Amino acid sequence: MNAPIIEGLFSVDAAEPALLGSRCSACGTYYFPKQSNYCRNPDCDSERFDEVPLSRSGTLWSFTNACYQPPAPYVAEEPFEPYAIAAVKLEREQMIVLGQVVKGVGVDDLAAGMTMRLVLEDVPGVDGERVTWKWQPVEGA
Amino acid sequence: MSNNEIAILGVGMHPWGKWGKNFVEYGVAAARSALQDAGVPWRDVRFVSGGGTVRCGYPGYVAGATFAQALGWQGAEVNTSYAACASGSQALAAARAKILSGACDVALVVGADTTPKGFLKPADGERPDDPDWVRFRLGITNPTYFALYARRRMEVYGDTPADFAAVKVKNAAHGFTNPNARYKKKFSAEDVAASAMVADPLRLMDICATSDGGAAMIVSSLDYARKIGKGDAPRIAAISTVTPTFASELVEMPDIATDSAVAAEARPFRAALPAKAYEEAGIGPEDISLAEVYDLSTALELDWIEDLQLCARGEAAALTRADETSVGGRIPINASGGLACFGEAVPAQALAQVCELTWQLRGQAGERQVAGAKVGITANQGLFGHGSSVIVKA
Ligand SMILES: [Zn+2]
Repeated sequence: MNAPIIEGLFSVDAAEPALLGSRCSACGTYYFPKQSNYCRNPDCDSERFDEVPLSRSGTLWSFTNACYQPPAPYVAEEPFEPYAIAAVKLEREQMIVLGQVVKGVGVDDLAAGMTMRLVLEDVPGVDGERVTWKWQPVEGA
Repeated sequence: MSNNEIAILGVGMHPWGKWGKNFVEYGVAAARSALQDAGVPWRDVRFVSGGGTVRCGYPGYVAGATFAQALGWQGAEVNTSYAACASGSQALAAARAKILSGACDVALVVGADTTPKGFLKPADGERPDDPDWVRFRLGITNPTYFALYARRRMEVYGDTPADFAAVKVKNAAHGFTNPNARYKKKFSAEDVAASAMVADPLRLMDICATSDGGAAMIVSSLDYARKIGKGDAPRIAAISTVTPTFASELVEMPDIATDSAVAAEARPFRAALPAKAYEEAGIGPEDISLAEVYDLSTALELDWIEDLQLCARGEAAALTRADETSVGGRIPINASGGLACFGEAVPAQALAQVCELTWQLRGQAGERQVAGAKVGITANQGLFGHGSSVIVKA
């Protein structure tokens, strides 16, 4: 398996990939990316966190696509192919997380409320292939 | 609440566009124009408050002093405010605080910028600790966020791309005769629909461009205004620059996730900005004659209309379709032409909104004049929980 696009954001586990968040041990607030210094809840002064994998599926809150190639530090495929982007609401964590949608799924295939699950997909890096998380619609959900 | 008010004695701009000049030239041109409009001698200005410019190297970080030097050092106190799209409002808030505390009578507030072509993007280098770098590495640019909000309107309220295009058509018609606008061209819904898709459902003409530009104003105590015979000048009745309240409901640029709402209720941010301004001014949305809002995208203008409580949630598209947000309608929005016609010049934009309200309340807005304008409100929002809303009264 290739190295992750950014270290520490998700587990590189083909069978059960997950975004790596953290959870405040006092108030229960989840964080993604991980928070390990201070809780951002204004009513909580905890500095203790547990690293936790986030829910691996959620519902599609909104979506769009990128028709123009983003500037660096994005590393695009040659030639550039537009890709869809999903904002997925995780029930347990009560948070919305962004990510690209798997190749081959465009905005016409998406609708708010769909169930989406987290998968891994290879993407180009500056010095060879990397792997990242993507959202994939769950068929028949 | 009148003991919180200050007077706007003069306003000025450098026209928006891609002029290839240094940002200092734009700011000085705007400042000189505001001084002339106010009829105030430069040496009477005792506080210079600049909106911070960040893409122009070292002088940009000390914008207040840069402008003060260019206008001629005369010993005034100086300040620079950096707050992304709210930089101009924070600079204005600093000037108001000085004036209301009695530390000075008259102040210059100024912001100016130059912008690079294409996408706004983060600084170079491998910086995974910077959320702005992270989201660009993942392929999530500014239009992504605007499009997620636009799509959400379609899913929740049934808005259509034609509703979004109507905002562009209206704002282009408003800005057509504005001498300070960058784009002075009328567009049709067909023109918008024919422009390239950038981030579905937003097309090129749904998204604002970047620009060079400058805006400035001379503000003073009410006593000073009366002393120079300008007791009836428009007044700043409120400046709101509140942060979001945890847990923030929407995924905000540049983050890739919202706050978790497990321990605290999810709350909207945009609506909090005008709510604080209304409270401070002691007025409500029913008192507003016109609004200048941050149309980074056409769809975002519709969100703002609802966040300003100028109509119920989900009804902004219908209001726009009925021409009620055009000059001549019930509640004109972006009579200046908005960002659709100006483009973004970040530290100047929040001030440009106040300049437009000033011209409107004085009845000097020419063909885009809103008849009988008495009270105006601005709203904008940028990176990292910055945003502002300013209320100006005739
Ligand atoms: Zn906590």
